[in-house]
Amino acid sequence: MDIRTERVGDILVVRVSGELDLATAGEFRHRVDADLDRFGSRDVVIDFSELGFLDSSGLGALLGRYKRVAERGGRVAVSGCAPHVRRVLELSGVMRIIECHPSVREAVAAFGGDTSSASGGGVL
Amino acid sequence: MSGRVSPPKGPLNWFRLELPARPENVALVRVAVGSLASHLDFTLGEIEEIRVAVSEAFSNVVLHAYPEEGGASGGGTVTVEARADDGVLEVSVSDRGVGIADVELARKPSYTTRPDRMGLGFVFMETFMDEVAVTTSPGHGTRVVLRRRLPVRDGVPSDGTAGDRRAGT
Repeated sequence: MDIRTERVGDILVVRVSGELDLATAGEFRHRVDADLDRFGSRDVVIDFSELGFLDSSGLGALLGRYKRVAERGGRVAVSGCAPHVRRVLELSGVMRIIECHPSVREAVAAFGGDTSSASGGGVL
Repeated sequence: MSGRVSPPKGPLNWFRLELPARPENVALVRVAVGSLASHLDFTLGEIEEIRVAVSEAFSNVVLHAYPEEGGASGGGTVTVEARADDGVLEVSVSDRGVGIADVELARKPSYTTRPDRMGLGFVFMETFMDEVAVTTSPGHGTRVVLRRRLPVRDGVPSDGTAGDRRAGT
Protein backbone atom coordinates (compact mmCIF):
# COMPACT_ATOMS: atom_id res chain seq x y z
CA MET A 1 0.00 0.00 0.00
CA ASP A 2 1.13 3.50 -0.79
CA ILE A 3 -0.45 6.68 0.59
CA ARG A 4 -0.02 10.18 -0.80
CA THR A 5 -1.65 13.17 0.83
CA GLU A 6 -2.28 16.64 -0.46
CA ARG A 7 -3.94 19.69 0.98
CA VAL A 8 -6.48 21.30 -1.30
CA GLY A 9 -7.61 24.45 0.45
CA ASP A 10 -8.90 23.23 3.81
CA ILE A 11 -9.55 19.73 2.49
CA LEU A 12 -7.18 16.84 3.07
CA VAL A 13 -6.96 14.61 -0.01
CA VAL A 14 -5.64 11.10 0.64
CA ARG A 15 -4.79 8.87 -2.31
CA VAL A 16 -4.47 5.20 -1.42
CA SER A 17 -2.96 2.72 -3.84
CA GLY A 18 -2.40 -1.02 -3.41
CA GLU A 19 -4.31 -3.11 -0.89
CA LEU A 20 -6.08 -2.05 2.28
CA ASP A 21 -6.35 -5.05 4.61
CA LEU A 22 -5.34 -6.22 8.08
CA ALA A 23 -1.65 -5.74 7.28
CA THR A 24 -1.98 -2.16 6.03
CA ALA A 25 -5.00 -0.72 7.88
CA GLY A 26 -2.85 0.44 10.80
CA GLU A 27 -0.54 2.45 8.57
CA PHE A 28 -3.54 4.02 6.81
CA ARG A 29 -5.01 4.98 10.19
CA HIS A 30 -1.80 6.54 11.50
CA ARG A 31 -1.00 8.40 8.31
CA VAL A 32 -4.45 9.96 7.90
CA ASP A 33 -4.70 10.91 11.57
CA ALA A 34 -1.21 12.46 11.54
CA ASP A 35 -1.97 14.53 8.44
CA LEU A 36 -5.35 15.61 9.81
CA ASP A 37 -3.52 17.00 12.84
CA ARG A 38 -0.65 18.44 10.81
CA PHE A 39 -2.85 20.27 8.30
CA GLY A 40 -5.71 20.99 10.70
CA SER A 41 -8.12 19.93 7.96
CA ARG A 42 -11.82 19.63 8.64
CA ASP A 43 -12.95 17.66 5.57
CA VAL A 44 -11.27 14.63 4.01
CA VAL A 45 -11.47 13.10 0.54
CA ILE A 46 -10.08 9.57 0.29
CA ASP A 47 -9.34 8.52 -3.26
CA PHE A 48 -9.59 4.80 -3.97
CA SER A 49 -9.04 4.93 -7.74
CA GLU A 50 -5.73 3.06 -7.34
CA LEU A 51 -7.02 0.72 -4.63
CA GLY A 52 -6.81 -2.92 -5.64
CA PHE A 53 -8.32 -4.52 -2.57
CA LEU A 54 -10.56 -3.60 0.37
CA ASP A 55 -11.93 -5.87 3.11
CA SER A 56 -13.52 -5.41 6.53
CA SER A 57 -10.19 -4.45 8.14
CA GLY A 58 -9.78 -1.62 5.65
CA LEU A 59 -13.42 -0.62 6.14
CA GLY A 60 -12.89 -0.49 9.89
CA ALA A 61 -10.00 1.92 9.40
CA LEU A 62 -12.10 4.04 7.02
CA LEU A 63 -15.02 4.18 9.44
CA GLY A 64 -12.66 5.04 12.29
CA ARG A 65 -11.42 8.07 10.31
CA TYR A 66 -15.03 9.04 9.59
CA LYS A 67 -15.87 9.02 13.30
CA ARG A 68 -12.82 11.09 14.16
CA VAL A 69 -13.52 13.68 11.45
CA ALA A 70 -17.25 13.81 12.23
CA GLU A 71 -16.52 14.47 15.92
CA ARG A 72 -14.71 17.62 14.81
CA GLY A 73 -17.62 18.66 12.61
CA GLY A 74 -15.94 17.60 9.37
CA ARG A 75 -17.04 15.46 6.45
CA VAL A 76 -15.54 12.43 4.70
CA ALA A 77 -16.04 11.41 1.07
CA VAL A 78 -14.43 8.73 -1.07
CA SER A 79 -13.75 8.82 -4.79
CA GLY A 80 -12.87 6.58 -7.71
CA CYS A 81 -14.27 3.32 -6.30
CA ALA A 82 -13.87 0.35 -8.65
CA PRO A 83 -16.82 -2.09 -8.68
CA HIS A 84 -15.22 -4.54 -6.21
CA VAL A 85 -14.43 -1.70 -3.77
CA ARG A 86 -17.90 -0.22 -4.17
CA ARG A 87 -19.50 -3.61 -3.44
CA VAL A 88 -17.68 -3.93 -0.12
CA LEU A 89 -18.61 -0.34 0.81
CA GLU A 90 -22.26 -0.94 -0.10
CA LEU A 91 -22.56 -4.22 1.78
CA SER A 92 -21.18 -2.66 4.94
CA GLY A 93 -23.70 0.17 4.90
CA VAL A 94 -20.83 2.69 4.96
CA MET A 95 -22.19 4.36 1.81
CA ARG A 96 -25.19 5.56 3.75
CA ILE A 97 -22.87 7.95 5.60
CA ILE A 98 -19.91 8.36 3.23
CA GLU A 99 -20.63 9.52 -0.30
CA CYS A 100 -18.69 8.09 -3.23
CA HIS A 101 -17.76 10.44 -6.09
CA PRO A 102 -16.34 9.54 -9.49
CA SER A 103 -13.18 11.60 -8.97
CA VAL A 104 -11.23 13.64 -6.42
CA ARG A 105 -12.19 16.78 -8.32
CA GLU A 106 -15.90 16.07 -7.95
CA ALA A 107 -15.55 15.12 -4.28
CA VAL A 108 -13.67 18.35 -3.55
CA ALA A 109 -16.28 20.32 -5.48
CA ALA A 110 -19.07 18.65 -3.46
CA PHE A 111 -17.39 19.98 -0.31
CA GLY A 112 -17.29 23.43 -1.84
CA GLY A 113 -13.54 23.31 -2.31
CA ASP A 114 -11.45 24.93 -5.03
CA THR A 115 -11.13 22.28 -7.75
CA SER A 116 -8.55 24.15 -9.79
CA SER A 117 -5.79 22.67 -7.67
CA ALA A 118 -7.27 19.21 -7.13
CA SER A 119 -7.07 17.44 -10.46
CA GLY A 120 -3.98 15.40 -9.78
CA GLY A 121 -2.09 18.04 -11.69
CA GLY A 122 -1.08 19.81 -8.49
CA VAL A 123 1.84 18.62 -6.42
CA LEU A 124 0.86 15.08 -7.38
CA MET B 1 -31.93 -25.39 -21.72
CA SER B 2 -30.93 -23.92 -25.07
CA GLY B 3 -28.28 -21.26 -24.74
CA ARG B 4 -27.01 -22.81 -21.55
CA VAL B 5 -23.48 -24.03 -21.58
CA SER B 6 -22.04 -26.23 -18.87
CA PRO B 7 -19.32 -24.47 -16.92
CA PRO B 8 -15.80 -25.50 -17.81
CA LYS B 9 -14.72 -27.67 -14.95
CA GLY B 10 -11.01 -28.21 -15.48
CA PRO B 11 -8.89 -30.91 -13.88
CA LEU B 12 -8.45 -31.19 -10.14
CA ASN B 13 -5.95 -28.70 -8.76
CA TRP B 14 -5.14 -27.98 -5.14
CA PHE B 15 -2.60 -26.66 -2.65
CA ARG B 16 -1.90 -26.76 1.03
CA LEU B 17 -0.13 -23.92 2.83
CA GLU B 18 1.05 -23.78 6.42
CA LEU B 19 2.03 -20.33 7.59
CA PRO B 20 2.23 -18.12 10.68
CA ALA B 21 -0.91 -16.24 11.70
CA ARG B 22 0.51 -12.83 10.84
CA PRO B 23 -1.19 -9.86 9.12
CA GLU B 24 1.31 -9.76 6.25
CA ASN B 25 0.33 -13.31 5.26
CA VAL B 26 -3.26 -12.31 4.45
CA ALA B 27 -2.05 -11.01 1.07
CA LEU B 28 -0.09 -14.18 0.40
CA VAL B 29 -3.11 -16.41 0.99
CA ARG B 30 -5.31 -14.12 -1.09
CA VAL B 31 -2.93 -14.31 -4.04
CA ALA B 32 -2.68 -18.10 -3.85
CA VAL B 33 -6.44 -18.67 -3.63
CA GLY B 34 -7.19 -16.06 -6.31
CA SER B 35 -4.79 -17.77 -8.66
CA LEU B 36 -6.35 -21.18 -8.07
CA ALA B 37 -9.83 -19.68 -8.60
CA SER B 38 -8.76 -18.35 -11.99
CA HIS B 39 -8.12 -21.96 -13.09
CA LEU B 40 -11.86 -22.55 -12.70
CA ASP B 41 -12.77 -19.69 -15.03
CA PHE B 42 -14.45 -17.51 -12.44
CA THR B 43 -14.83 -13.92 -13.64
CA LEU B 44 -12.57 -11.21 -12.24
CA GLY B 45 -15.50 -9.91 -10.20
CA GLU B 46 -16.14 -13.34 -8.70
CA ILE B 47 -12.44 -13.77 -7.93
CA GLU B 48 -12.45 -10.41 -6.12
CA GLU B 49 -15.32 -11.66 -3.95
CA ILE B 50 -13.49 -14.90 -3.21
CA ARG B 51 -10.35 -12.90 -2.32
CA VAL B 52 -12.34 -10.85 0.19
CA ALA B 53 -13.95 -13.93 1.77
CA VAL B 54 -10.60 -15.71 2.15
CA SER B 55 -8.98 -12.58 3.59
CA GLU B 56 -11.73 -12.37 6.19
CA ALA B 57 -11.27 -16.01 7.21
CA PHE B 58 -7.49 -15.63 7.53
CA SER B 59 -7.77 -12.24 9.28
CA ASN B 60 -10.09 -13.79 11.86
CA VAL B 61 -7.38 -16.30 12.75
CA VAL B 62 -4.74 -13.56 13.06
CA LEU B 63 -7.04 -11.43 15.20
CA HIS B 64 -8.67 -14.00 17.43
CA ALA B 65 -7.14 -17.48 17.43
CA TYR B 66 -3.89 -16.99 19.34
CA PRO B 67 -4.34 -14.17 21.88
CA GLU B 68 -1.91 -15.70 24.38
CA GLU B 69 0.84 -15.48 21.78
CA GLY B 70 0.44 -11.77 21.26
CA GLY B 71 -2.25 -11.78 18.59
CA ALA B 72 -0.94 -10.12 15.46
CA SER B 73 2.70 -10.79 16.31
CA GLY B 74 2.11 -14.29 17.62
CA GLY B 75 3.51 -17.50 16.25
CA GLY B 76 0.39 -19.58 15.86
CA THR B 77 0.10 -21.60 12.69
CA VAL B 78 -2.65 -21.49 10.07
CA THR B 79 -3.28 -24.22 7.54
CA VAL B 80 -4.92 -23.16 4.29
CA GLU B 81 -6.06 -25.87 1.93
CA ALA B 82 -7.64 -24.97 -1.36
CA ARG B 83 -9.10 -27.28 -3.95
CA ALA B 84 -10.56 -26.57 -7.37
CA ASP B 85 -12.45 -29.55 -8.68
CA ASP B 86 -15.54 -30.22 -10.76
CA GLY B 87 -16.57 -26.57 -10.92
CA VAL B 88 -16.25 -25.99 -7.18
CA LEU B 89 -13.64 -23.99 -5.32
CA GLU B 90 -13.24 -25.08 -1.71
CA VAL B 91 -10.99 -23.27 0.73
CA SER B 92 -10.37 -24.46 4.26
CA VAL B 93 -8.70 -22.22 6.86
CA SER B 94 -7.72 -24.04 10.06
CA ASP B 95 -5.99 -23.06 13.27
CA ARG B 96 -5.14 -24.68 16.59
CA GLY B 97 -6.09 -21.65 18.63
CA VAL B 98 -8.61 -20.86 21.32
CA GLY B 99 -11.71 -21.76 19.31
CA ILE B 100 -15.01 -19.89 19.23
CA ALA B 101 -17.17 -20.15 22.36
CA ASP B 102 -20.45 -19.33 20.55
CA VAL B 103 -20.31 -19.76 16.78
CA GLU B 104 -23.89 -18.61 16.24
CA LEU B 105 -23.15 -15.36 18.04
CA ALA B 106 -19.81 -14.89 16.26
CA ARG B 107 -21.53 -15.18 12.87
CA LYS B 108 -24.13 -12.51 13.64
CA PRO B 109 -23.71 -9.33 11.58
CA SER B 110 -22.01 -6.52 13.52
CA TYR B 111 -21.02 -8.82 16.37
CA THR B 112 -17.42 -8.29 17.38
CA THR B 113 -15.25 -8.76 20.42
CA ARG B 114 -13.09 -5.82 19.35
CA PRO B 115 -14.41 -2.27 19.64
CA ASP B 116 -12.22 -1.03 16.76
CA ARG B 117 -13.79 -3.50 14.30
CA MET B 118 -17.12 -3.74 12.49
CA GLY B 119 -18.05 -7.40 12.86
CA LEU B 120 -18.35 -7.86 9.11
CA GLY B 121 -15.94 -10.74 8.54
CA PHE B 122 -18.57 -13.49 8.47
CA VAL B 123 -21.01 -11.21 6.61
CA PHE B 124 -18.56 -10.93 3.72
CA MET B 125 -17.76 -14.65 3.81
CA GLU B 126 -21.45 -15.55 3.69
CA THR B 127 -22.29 -12.98 1.02
CA PHE B 128 -19.44 -13.86 -1.30
CA MET B 129 -19.43 -17.66 -0.95
CA ASP B 130 -22.14 -20.26 -1.52
CA GLU B 131 -21.37 -22.12 1.69
CA VAL B 132 -19.57 -21.27 4.91
CA ALA B 133 -19.08 -24.06 7.43
CA VAL B 134 -17.49 -23.50 10.82
CA THR B 135 -16.20 -26.30 13.02
CA THR B 136 -14.70 -25.25 16.33
CA SER B 137 -13.57 -26.76 19.57
CA PRO B 138 -12.81 -24.37 22.42
CA GLY B 139 -9.15 -24.72 23.32
CA HIS B 140 -8.33 -26.80 20.26
CA GLY B 141 -8.98 -24.66 17.23
CA THR B 142 -11.31 -23.69 14.45
CA ARG B 143 -11.82 -24.73 10.86
CA VAL B 144 -13.71 -22.54 8.39
CA VAL B 145 -14.60 -24.09 5.03
CA LEU B 146 -15.66 -21.77 2.21
CA ARG B 147 -17.23 -23.11 -0.99
CA ARG B 148 -18.10 -21.38 -4.23
CA ARG B 149 -19.52 -23.10 -7.29
CA LEU B 150 -18.83 -21.92 -10.81
CA PRO B 151 -22.18 -20.63 -12.09
CA VAL B 152 -23.80 -21.80 -15.29
CA ARG B 153 -23.61 -18.78 -17.55
CA ASP B 154 -26.35 -18.05 -20.05
CA GLY B 155 -25.07 -17.99 -23.58
CA VAL B 156 -21.43 -17.74 -22.65
CA PRO B 157 -19.30 -20.33 -24.40
CA SER B 158 -16.98 -22.32 -22.24
CA ASP B 159 -13.91 -20.76 -23.84
CA GLY B 160 -14.96 -17.48 -22.24
CA THR B 161 -14.71 -15.43 -25.41
CA ALA B 162 -17.99 -13.61 -24.86
CA GLY B 163 -19.43 -11.59 -22.06
CA ASP B 164 -17.59 -10.84 -18.88
CA ARG B 165 -13.86 -10.29 -18.63
CA ARG B 166 -12.00 -13.40 -17.59
CA ALA B 167 -9.08 -13.81 -15.28
CA GLY B 168 -6.05 -15.61 -16.56
CA THR B 169 -6.49 -14.47 -20.15
